[in-house]
Amino acid sequence: MLLKMQNIELVYCSGKKQVKALDNISVDVEKGEFLSIVGPSGCGKTTILKIIARLINPTKGKIIKPDDFEVGYVFQNSTLLKWRSIIDNIALPLEIKGIEKQEAYSKAEEAMNIVELEEFRDAYPKDLSGGMRHRAAIARALVYDPEILLMDEPFGALDEPTRLKLNVEINRIWIKTHRTVIFVTHNVGEAVFLSNRVAVLSKRPAHIKKIIKIDLPKQRTLEILDSEKYIKQVLKIRKIFSQ
Amino acid sequence: MNKKIISLQIFVFVGFIFLWKFVIFVFNFPEFILPQPETVFIQWYLLLKSGLLLKHTMVTLSETLIGFTIGIFLGIVPGYFVAKSSKIDQTLSPYLVALQTAPKIALAPLIVMWFGFGILSKIIIVALIVFFPILVNIIVGIRSVDKNLLDLMKILNASKLQVLRLVELPASMPVLFAAFKTGITLAVIGAVVGEFIGANEGLGYLTIYAAGLMDTPQVFVAIFQLTIIGILLYLLIDYIEGKIIPWYREGEVDVVKNAEY
Repeated sequence: MLLKMQNIELVYCSGKKQVKALDNISVDVEKGEFLSIVGPSGCGKTTILKIIARLINPTKGKIIKPDDFEVGYVFQNSTLLKWRSIIDNIALPLEIKGIEKQEAYSKAEEAMNIVELEEFRDAYPKDLSGGMRHRAAIARALVYDPEILLMDEPFGALDEPTRLKLNVEINRIWIKTHRTVIFVTHNVGEAVFLSNRVAVLSKRPAHIKKIIKIDLPKQRTLEILDSEKYIKQVLKIRKIFSQ
Repeated sequence: MNKKIISLQIFVFVGFIFLWKFVIFVFNFPEFILPQPETVFIQWYLLLKSGLLLKHTMVTLSETLIGFTIGIFLGIVPGYFVAKSSKIDQTLSPYLVALQTAPKIALAPLIVMWFGFGILSKIIIVALIVFFPILVNIIVGIRSVDKNLLDLMKILNASKLQVLRLVELPASMPVLFAAFKTGITLAVIGAVVGEFIGANEGLGYLTIYAAGLMDTPQVFVAIFQLTIIGILLYLLIDYIEGKIIPWYREGEVDVVKNAEY
């Protein structure tokens, strides 16, 4: 096991009122798995990722994880630095960690190749399409070999065909890099398509309604979307989702 | 720029000269009220040839540039701390508003009294005038940094200095350059006003001196020369902007654009 969330609770103050965002969240994350978290908008899915990334401290509960645990974070918008070329953006984490330039850039090139952006090595983010920017952001999150990749509705703003293409790509990258991924989305179909397991959250204060194992072949292709097996599982989760 | 626009611009210039001559013709102004354009041009040529014009230009130019540079640093450094710390912001904000409202130009006589007729008092006046727009804009720039970028830097364990160097400063560049463009125009005004009040060299001094002698053509020469300095400095900043932040050019519309005040 890579990571254990134990009875996480989060209360924050909004003006004078205390708002409970998360209620008793407990999940074990296995090494190498692809776990999706689905739930209604504004229920606190992103908050869970931020707690794992240590951007927010939970009010109660704890996270058990190895020391020197590093996360790669992919944000809702691609969050690239507009003033840096794609390769410079991907190399940014290594530059911050003080890794020697030559090594940093050879690693960055490698990550860039994984997301297949070689052609746009020296382009600025503004010259890339939304989908390509997301791929660059994923490369940046992969470049320093974090134990876990946290993805926060990364494709929410993309059009359907681009999103599907990126989903296939995410699956390919996940298989290739053996990375553990926690993926947040409100799209049940996307969650089923990508994951080993899907955790369904309630509306706030969010608790976990159920965690469902997904039964699909490891390598996911677009044909799966039409299979009865896939559709059945989506319907099942959608039902839990809207209960 | 296309040829048609250029020929139209030349046409406007020629029209302006004609209007000038026409006004003199209709109202029959004497030379010391409104000289003929060619008189001004000849005077300009003579002053240039004697080296006098260049000497005064260099004085005003150095006051402007040195004061401008100092003003930039005076604005950026405290601006960073105001933007980053709400405590500092809240403490200083009434004073910053007071500073903003005070007509800095009105301080010029005092500064000349304190720091003398030389170049130093003008540099101080310029720096004081430039400082404020830079301060306001660096605050806006640093505060407009995408919150996710700051989260990313936190996840990567970046130091404060790294955040400043890699994210906050570059993100502020577009707003800062907008402020530089406002600032450089104000800087020239500051230098001239300082020279009006008390100096023995510089284009402002040349203007006042010529006006005292009723040498109107020379007043015009000094004013035109000042305008040329202003335009060149503005273009220089525009050029540097294109070199430093090419990622911002080519129609990148952004929230920072609206921050231009």
